[in-house]
Amino acid sequence: MSTKPVFPHRHLLGIEGLSPHDITTLLDMADVAVEVSRQVEKKKTTLRGRTQINLFFEASTRTQSSFELAGKRLGADVMNMSVASSSIKKGETLIDTAMTLNAMRPDLIVVRHHAAGAVHLLARKVDCSVINAGDGAHEHPTQALLDALTIRRNKGEIRGLVVAICGDLLHSRVARSNIILLNALGAEVRAIGPSTLLPAGLDRMGCKVFTSMKEGLKGADIVMMLRLQRERMNGSFVPSVKEYFHFYGLDAEKLAFAKPDALVMHPGPMNRGVEIASDIADGAQSLIREQVEMGVAVRMAVLEALASHLPNG
Amino acid sequence: MTDAPILIRNATLIDPASGTETRGHLAVADGVIVEIGAGIDPVAVPDGARVVDANGKVLAPGLVDLRAFVGEPGAEHRETLASASRAAAAGGVTTVVCMPDTDPPVDDPAVVDFLIRRARDTAQVRMIPAAALTKGLAGQEMSEIGLLQKAGAAFCTDGAKALVDPLVMRRALTYARDFGALIVQHVEEPRLAGGVMNEGELASRLGLPGIPREAETLMLERDMRLVRLTRGRYHAAMISCADSVEIMRAAKKAGLPVTCGVSINNLALNENDIGPYRTFLKLSPPLRHEDDRLAVVAALAEGVIDVVVSDHDPQDVETKRRPYAESADGAIGIQTMLSVGLRLVHAGEIGLLPLLRAMSTRPADILGLPQGRLAVGAPADLILFDPDEPYVLDPAKLHSLCKNTPFDEARLQGVVHLTVVGGKVVHEVD
Repeated sequence: MSTKPVFPHRHLLGIEGLSPHDITTLLDMADVAVEVSRQVEKKKTTLRGRTQINLFFEASTRTQSSFELAGKRLGADVMNMSVASSSIKKGETLIDTAMTLNAMRPDLIVVRHHAAGAVHLLARKVDCSVINAGDGAHEHPTQALLDALTIRRNKGEIRGLVVAICGDLLHSRVARSNIILLNALGAEVRAIGPSTLLPAGLDRMGCKVFTSMKEGLKGADIVMMLRLQRERMNGSFVPSVKEYFHFYGLDAEKLAFAKPDALVMHPGPMNRGVEIASDIADGAQSLIREQVEMGVAVRMAVLEALASHLPNG
Repeated sequence: MTDAPILIRNATLIDPASGTETRGHLAVADGVIVEIGAGIDPVAVPDGARVVDANGKVLAPGLVDLRAFVGEPGAEHRETLASASRAAAAGGVTTVVCMPDTDPPVDDPAVVDFLIRRARDTAQVRMIPAAALTKGLAGQEMSEIGLLQKAGAAFCTDGAKALVDPLVMRRALTYARDFGALIVQHVEEPRLAGGVMNEGELASRLGLPGIPREAETLMLERDMRLVRLTRGRYHAAMISCADSVEIMRAAKKAGLPVTCGVSINNLALNENDIGPYRTFLKLSPPLRHEDDRLAVVAALAEGVIDVVVSDHDPQDVETKRRPYAESADGAIGIQTMLSVGLRLVHAGEIGLLPLLRAMSTRPADILGLPQGRLAVGAPADLILFDPDEPYVLDPAKLHSLCKNTPFDEARLQGVVHLTVVGGKVVHEVD
């Protein structure tokens, strides 16, 4: 199969460690997958006979269904395992679960876990390819890839764009993966949020750091909003929802600080009226629904790229 | 003591108490050092003595470790006094202070008594229990400091936990002063230490919550104020950062009755060693930035930091084979403490004399014990080691029941060939 694009990694654990070439390879493959997904006949046979397990230790609707659809469109047998609901939250159970699943000989495991590094731990214990679908506040690589694909399809090129990532960067795996990816592809990355929600050392990770939306959004091509978890809203990290929305919620007034053709993104699920106003979320500058579509395409690309490393791939 | 006399000839005698290094011989009888001479051989070999040819190897006082966690009683599957003492003997540690974080905790004189008798019957080295500073280690009510000390406890501490309440700390320091008892504190403000590794860029990149240096410095500053108020004897168990060094320096300059220690891990490792979420390097205090490591090494060489501890803390698969943030703190270290310390000596970061002083003489002085020196009449707690001999650490050769060492397969130098406790050989390899 010499026509397959070269992707030199067996797992996708993070954006960290990918070269710009690796990233554009995946985005190019995803562009093809978008076309497949828009046909009436959406089914390919690339993963026929392969078994994909979606192992979610944390509840997720969109990411899990996106991976499920992606796998099915490539012809894989997909099994969903949700272990978030019960008391199973301990690490030794993670390893036990990994060993048990490994014995069932899957080809691909998609993992989401609430602890940073849990997916690395699991990847060391299994023989198949592992895809990180989000580990704690560490990385969420397919989200960053789908964001990049969405931006590239709308702006043509990522190099030279000003991308502002706004809100709770401290707890956000989406932000970390995006910062690494956007820097790798040559965008100017800005971080905007209250200092209680900005991690230490952000400037050394390749971000210009702002605490004011007005200054941070000036000249921005892309405004990427992050979700603020409910338990962090009332006095722990920010005083109240009302105050947070006043200073950091994206409304028409704040969006006007960005370039006139700026586009708005959000990884979902959104808190309308907390980090983003409803009219902006549904407005003409919003790419939020397109991001969901690109999610399936990017995950198809990732599954395909990793499948080429499987035995007899 | 019916052990045969021992004569060690042709040794490099290093006595950190007097700061001397000489080629000579040393004789032991009835559990104490009876002769130290500058000649390679003595004038006469004592009757029936066993003669050991040191071949120029270093003969020094056995090490004194002020901080080790042993699972007895309550967690014997992790470590017993016997297993910890085998590890200590192999590593050249001849006196070990065991932390009171057991089940039940060491907050009752009867438990102190039990541990002392149990150590006498099962352990190869001197194992002294530390007692809880507060009942049940709960941080609320003072323990029986006077009775615990009388029963033989080395000092009072809440072990892995800081005593947070300033009023309880004030009263404990004041009360302990009447008995001359030493209070040892794990200096970490828990409400600022909610993270799992040093706060900074690396923690941010790994997506892990950080522990700021201020969790340590805030508690240390506060305690210095309370010591100034009460004049109780105080020892900070482990400091980890440059700012804490300055706090200790100022307190000592002001004449406060304070001392402090540093973990061997904070001397030899920094946060980068955590790499891809290595849980064996999840420690409390956390591994800090390289600048902090250099600062604590310099402070040790200078004497601002008094002692080096192993912070030996056995953890098993149940507690360590988890995602990083969910795994327990702690690493074993009693068997490797000397070799790892020698790594600093070989790197030219500290001299052998100040290192050995901080591992033997100083901790013995803090405990008010006569060991930790090469002197006629002192207890014959001795180690004979080759500081240059290289080896690769094989976890299977560690005597601890748990294998959570950060130096797994590390290249180390320094092999202990002979360990003597109270005139009795407890460890010997060729």
